[in-house]
Amino acid sequence: MDQDYEIVIGLEVHVELATDSKIFCPCPTAFGAPPNTQVCPVCLGLPGTLPVLNRQVLVLAIRAALALEATPAEHTKFDRKNYFYPDLPKAYQISQFDQPLALRGIIEITTPAGPKRIRITRVHMEEDAGKLLHPGADGRLGTAGSSLVDYNRTGVPLIEIVSEPDLRSADEAYAYLIALKEILQYAGVSDCNMEEGSLRCDANISVRLRGDQVLGTKAELKNMNSFKHIRSAIEYEARRQIRVLQEGGQVVQESRLWDEEKGVSYPMRSKEEAHDYRYFPEPDLPVITISAEMCEAISQSLPELPQARRQRFRQKYTLNEYNAGVLTSSRELADFFESMVDCQAPAQAACNWLTVELLGKLNAEGRRITQSPVGPEHLAELVRMIESGKISGKIGKQVFAEMYQSGRTPEDIVAKQGLSQISDPGVLEKVVDEVLAAHPGPIAEYRNGKTQTMGFLVGRVMQASQGKANPKLVNQILKERLDR
Amino acid sequence: MPEITEETVKKISRLANLRLDADETARFTEHLEKVLEYMRKLNQLDTTGIPQTAHALPKQNVWREDQVLPGLDRSEALAGAPDVRDDCFRVPRIIE
Repeated sequence: MDQDYEIVIGLEVHVELATDSKIFCPCPTAFGAPPNTQVCPVCLGLPGTLPVLNRQVLVLAIRAALALEATPAEHTKFDRKNYFYPDLPKAYQISQFDQPLALRGIIEITTPAGPKRIRITRVHMEEDAGKLLHPGADGRLGTAGSSLVDYNRTGVPLIEIVSEPDLRSADEAYAYLIALKEILQYAGVSDCNMEEGSLRCDANISVRLRGDQVLGTKAELKNMNSFKHIRSAIEYEARRQIRVLQEGGQVVQESRLWDEEKGVSYPMRSKEEAHDYRYFPEPDLPVITISAEMCEAISQSLPELPQARRQRFRQKYTLNEYNAGVLTSSRELADFFESMVDCQAPAQAACNWLTVELLGKLNAEGRRITQSPVGPEHLAELVRMIESGKISGKIGKQVFAEMYQSGRTPEDIVAKQGLSQISDPGVLEKVVDEVLAAHPGPIAEYRNGKTQTMGFLVGRVMQASQGKANPKLVNQILKERLDR
Repeated sequence: MPEITEETVKKISRLANLRLDADETARFTEHLEKVLEYMRKLNQLDTTGIPQTAHALPKQNVWREDQVLPGLDRSEALAGAPDVRDDCFRVPRIIE
């Protein structure tokens, strides 16, 4: 039985830092440039060149470490990780080995059983490698007998965040990645753009019989860049290992790749010598001392982080857990909401209009909140008009659609199209009386005890007023007349 | 008892992408053993109380600001490539 086994997962996440220039040279880091146009002698690894650290890399890495509640080292240094691969022009990657930037962090995730704290082992800085392109008509790597290399990416700054093997399911791994991404985006460390490869993940997966203290043999799933793929890859790999054990076999320690189309993982056939990287201190880069003052200054500049903000939203605005979670899923969205509240929109109504109407529309068009044609002030204005009874909720939706389309203010739309709600009892009584005069049948039905007919009559009044009648007042007046 | 055997040298040369013939392997076995002998001598020094160092230079915190400067033109960048195709460095096929 699968239930007899426990899945144990640790994640190694590589995140691209949001700098303008590379980690050890002044080449740009912009995504999407034509091949080999963002390179220089340093990142091409030409002889006689020397790397110089980009200070912003250190600052952002410390920001990330602090946001993850890790402790930055007093002294840290770079090391060479030696291996041969065509995407690595120097035949070594400058990384960090025994004195990483920071140790011991925490990410709290939400699980069905409640919050769970996942320990982070370490955070370190390193340079990215180049990109191997796939020649050959069928798009398969190397079918043309050669590979092509674009070194634009070489030397782009990364941090690697390594977790303890604290995750127990593919869903927990997924929740961890979402939480990590939110924190790094809030902290302004990285845009975490998955499509551009700004966040990549290796997963160490093993299984063991429940109650066993010793970890099982692990396999490493390499280089995944979609959270959904990672979740299915982990699920598959855990099932595969359980099956191997159930059939009396043994899990082989190896690196594997995930084939999303086929839905299977398969062993990497690498020519690399198995993990003998012969790390040694990078002689070209002097050691780094991180002062308490530097940490303090960076810590002071950190914004409120997602978890704290979520908690504050629940308390201050009395939102439920789900809504607080949606609103704080990105810093921009949370800022949008709070701008609405600052513009005097009641919190719950602001939340509804933002998450249901605006996000619904944006998501359908694949746009982000930062690309919204409707700003927080105008959405707040719309919410206020509805709350104050100036327009009905139904008209509100109509006005919203118009705002989204034209970018005009709600005030302007309501005024120009005469959409203000009719709350004048005199006017409404007249409309009600006209409707009643035209429908003697339903009146009789109502008076005979079929009170549901009331709904029908309200509908007719609303129709007669082109949706502008204040429904609360209409109900009141109708009831008065009918019960007379 | 020497620590460096021919097996060690073969392994190291494989990791370093070097192809050594039998003579060279024997020669480097001897050389590397001598290097280690020297290290063993250094190891006899009493280093109690001396902090571990990764660098001989007393420098630290050497860095530059995050500023973009132009690099090489593509033609310059590719000038040293053994082979070029589609504006890329063309290398022997890699299997994955």
